[in-house]
Amino acid sequence: MDFNDTAEEAEFRAEAHAFLSQHLKPKTPGALRSGGREDFLERAKAWQKTKAQGGFAQITWPKEMGGRGGTVMQQVIWGQEEAKFDAPTGPFAIGLGMCVPTVIAFGSDEHKKRYVQKALMGEEIWCQLFSEPAAGSDVAGLKTKAVKDGDEWVINGQKVWTSGAHYSDYGILLVRTDPNVPKHKGLTMFIVDMKQKGVDVRPIHQASGGKEFNEVYFSDVRIPDSDRLGEPGMGWKVALVTLMNERLAVGGSPGPDWKEIMDYARSAGTMSDQAFRAKLADWYVAAQGYKLTKFRTQTALSRGETPGPENAIGKIINANHLQDICNSAIEMQDHFGIIADKDEVPSDAIFQESFMWAPGLRIAGGTDEILKNIIAERVLGLPQDVRVDKDKTFAEMN
Amino acid sequence: MNFDFSDDQKFLRDEARKFLEAQCTSAHVRAVLDDENMSHNDGVWKKIVGMGWLGAAIPEEYGGLGLGMLELCVIAEELGRVLAPVPFGSSAFFFAEALKLAGSEEQKLELLPKVADGSLIGCIAISEGPGEIKAGNVATRLGGGTISGKKIPVTDGDIATHAVVLVKDGSGESLVIVDLNQSGVSREPIKTLEPTRSHATISFDGAAAELLGESGNGMALLDQINDRAAVLLAFEQLGGASRCLEMANEYAKERVAFGRAIGGNQAIKHKLADMYVKNEVARSNAYYGAWALSSNAAELPEAAAAARVAASEAYWFASKENIQTHGGMGFTWEVDCHLFYRRAKLLAVQAGSPAVWKEKLVSALEAKND
Repeated sequence: MDFNDTAEEAEFRAEAHAFLSQHLKPKTPGALRSGGREDFLERAKAWQKTKAQGGFAQITWPKEMGGRGGTVMQQVIWGQEEAKFDAPTGPFAIGLGMCVPTVIAFGSDEHKKRYVQKALMGEEIWCQLFSEPAAGSDVAGLKTKAVKDGDEWVINGQKVWTSGAHYSDYGILLVRTDPNVPKHKGLTMFIVDMKQKGVDVRPIHQASGGKEFNEVYFSDVRIPDSDRLGEPGMGWKVALVTLMNERLAVGGSPGPDWKEIMDYARSAGTMSDQAFRAKLADWYVAAQGYKLTKFRTQTALSRGETPGPENAIGKIINANHLQDICNSAIEMQDHFGIIADKDEVPSDAIFQESFMWAPGLRIAGGTDEILKNIIAERVLGLPQDVRVDKDKTFAEMN
Repeated sequence: MNFDFSDDQKFLRDEARKFLEAQCTSAHVRAVLDDENMSHNDGVWKKIVGMGWLGAAIPEEYGGLGLGMLELCVIAEELGRVLAPVPFGSSAFFFAEALKLAGSEEQKLELLPKVADGSLIGCIAISEGPGEIKAGNVATRLGGGTISGKKIPVTDGDIATHAVVLVKDGSGESLVIVDLNQSGVSREPIKTLEPTRSHATISFDGAAAELLGESGNGMALLDQINDRAAVLLAFEQLGGASRCLEMANEYAKERVAFGRAIGGNQAIKHKLADMYVKNEVARSNAYYGAWALSSNAAELPEAAAAARVAASEAYWFASKENIQTHGGMGFTWEVDCHLFYRRAKLLAVQAGSPAVWKEKLVSALEAKND
């Protein structure tokens, strides 16, 4: 038992670190999510290009797709090293992590030639258009419809919670092409040009006050049949491939942790509070539990094994843990804790900021409840939930 | 990254599991439960002694197998799974570790081989009353090479042959080794929540004792012994917590109510998912404790504390919710759920309750981040 890299892993880590040091500044301690800055998108595109030219973009993609042809373990190492630097990666995470792999898996040779290289070089950004106002956890119940008209499909409907839609060039779009079969069987996936007529992107004003997500309206948007990914009616299978890639794309610590709240308590002189000390111990145990479970996953990857759905525990732990820490930090500040002004409140208001972000984290990318269902069904083998729409057509249920 | 047990250690685990599932069944545990004159299952104990596991982490020069702490962790988890009704932990996790840590060469040469071959059963005698024992409130006294006072409760105290005892003397607190088979020692079994592990009140009246480690260093040594034992107990707890989840899972799949298996209801599914999450958090923290223990890492105090806090929480949660999942059946004497509930509580309060360990953990974090 040790925490050391193998010789090959260490060599790759050193190579990655050297490349990163050459191009980026180390992360400033205490900095949270990057973004917000006006030139963020430009910086992100420039960094993506540098990475691609250096051979560090999409480590696991095959070389003929412009990737490195490397291992999942190398991708994990790259992610760990890149996280130490002020790397503007956000806008590409979904596109390169989920959308373009779907294009590679189901697209034509022409699609691959047209889209893959440009995405890899940071010239074009992709978004994923699955969720709808009436189809969140049950995404297969989506209503946006596509009707065939000659060599084209005509799209009408609404998507929601689309990250980066406002700056995306293309998207992968899941729509209903046949309402007269059970819901999973009537879906089809398309590539959609986000800049075309009839696509209306509107920012969502989130509960946290920010506007990082969008709703996207489609009004008589026309997509050529050649931009279909997979056969009509096979959209759910295509979507599962997209979502399978999500597991590797999502991760990272979202905000203040036990160390930050301990530092705050010490500076505020409240470390002697016994109730706080007991909670601090629990937070440390949970944070270690999360970190060390990732080490166990990494060990499995290092041995060439595939991690399973047990990874779902990470987000359950993390999101609730963050919400609890922020809540306690605010209550420790008493009435003063209600202040959200960075210039007034201690620790640059990181606890206040994440307090409002945490509820979203418990929902995005699988709610706590859905993740617990995944653990119960796929890890523990318990029966699936009752699905009253299982053998009924979509039209019958709507 | 190699944050896992080795293939050899996994082989040991598989062999231990096979052996214990055959040799230490529910019936073996219940024999002790249902007979108040039975302190432990001697048949099971002799077989475990025969496997040499007591000496797994005892170096060969002291009569052990000289495998290592990781191997002892593996064995601890398996003993926890089957609720082994034997004094293994008292002898191997506490007594042997105390000797390895603080014993003189002579003490180690004399006593460790006997721990390894089972001819000596060790235990540790600390508690004297309700609440955490602290420097300054130890009443048992050492003077002129003998001790006097009363320890209650002592886990496995009625079957042990030797004890490490916390006493006060002229220099503060000290640890001593006492041979329990002498005229100055009297023992009374005491009724506890956990009848499958025996407990005793031990009264010392001028019993001969020899120092373990330096006089006045007792509390510091006890902390170090407990750090080591905490990791091993965490594995034992993890074994029990894992079994609780397995039992609840099996029952939820077969028990039908309102026309379907109860495990199809989210109230049950999410309860079991919560158990799974807590058990995995406990497992990861226990592994880190095992790493710290086996590599003599400076991180041992916080690693041991985190392992113990996580394991105590996981076992408590899994054992109580296992009963709940079983419904009325879970509250019967005949179904094993209550045995885990009992054992979970013993292992959580032995060597310091979760509150004590949370405080140790935070103190360690404070010291480290100064």
